Amino acid sequence: MAKIIVVTSGKGGVGKTTTSASFGAGLAQRGHKTVVIDFDIGLRNLDLIMGCERRVVYDFVNVINGEAKLSQALIRDKRLDQLYTLPASQTRDKDVLTEEGVGRILHELQQEMRFEYIICDSPAGIEKGASMALYYSDEAIVVTNPEIASVRDSDRILGLLAAKSRRAIEDLEPIKCHLLITRYHPDRVIAGEMMSVEDVKGILCIPVIGVIPESESVLNASNIGLPVILDERSQAGMAYSDMVDRFLGESRPLRFLNSERKGILRRWFGG
Amino acid sequence: MSFLDYLLGRRQRTAEVARERLQIILAHERSSRNAPEYLPALQRDILEVVLRYIHISPAEIRVNVEREGEYEVLELNIPLPDEPNHRIGAIRANAVISPR
Repeated sequence: MAKIIVVTSGKGGVGKTTTSASFGAGLAQRGHKTVVIDFDIGLRNLDLIMGCERRVVYDFVNVINGEAKLSQALIRDKRLDQLYTLPASQTRDKDVLTEEGVGRILHELQQEMRFEYIICDSPAGIEKGASMALYYSDEAIVVTNPEIASVRDSDRILGLLAAKSRRAIEDLEPIKCHLLITRYHPDRVIAGEMMSVEDVKGILCIPVIGVIPESESVLNASNIGLPVILDERSQAGMAYSDMVDRFLGESRPLRFLNSERKGILRRWFGG
Repeated sequence: MSFLDYLLGRRQRTAEVARERLQIILAHERSSRNAPEYLPALQRDILEVVLRYIHISPAEIRVNVEREGEYEVLELNIPLPDEPNHRIGAIRANAVISPR
């Protein structure tokens, strides 16, 4: 039975879609049949990050409304044949996501299409889209920047995962939550200007599955529609790769937590 | 930030401040998150009844849910205004909500 994993954060702009795309691509790269679903109804963007925006014909909402079959709406990745994207609609109808409708589609992806991993890319906020993205999940990747507003919103989302999900309501085993810290600046952490991995972990009290350093390659990859994990030379790509391995049970030490080397003069006198 | 900046105290180590602020605000938010959903309505109804008999400002009545060991305790604090005939200072009511 497929595992359903929500990628969520509360706050916007912290890297949920970047993470969903790379996480999905990483799982597919390792041979697992994976689908990434964009839950941001009205503001779809996963298609751009995946590089499949020109191939969107039908979307998630069409499938829920019975206007298209799931197989017509799923977009198979051109690089990885185990990777699929289910885009969100661009029309704004927030009431279309119902527990029943979303449940029906997830069930079909699990039972009939035999996906191994279903990744739900949550929209920001705590409205309907976000609550539906997390409702059916078995595990959660909580994406957090080491920044005060993002940590607070992540804590709020952890509260929702613990109280408002199907697992909470039906009194099943709780959702397994993982902390993914993104946009990490080791230099600023060392200078005391940014909370460290330990700080954030200590506040949110969930295990860390990865730390993605701030990297120019994330913007470059999104510019060309490539999940950054496929840029194997970039630090962000390597950090995402480690995260996927850890998710699959491998042990990988955290990398890129130390400052890039600077000459002693630059370190002492700034710049 | 350079070491020289640090020595000269030109910049603060702001991450510590962030961490402390978060610890305080999240402790507060987590305790109210665990409160039962009917709490605001209960608070309103209690207030209405109390105000029928005692003339104080609604803002002076405090309803809290606190955790004591395995139990959640609903605590109601109503300070009584000074009146010549009676000298009760406050009404304090506790109700155990649920074993956790």
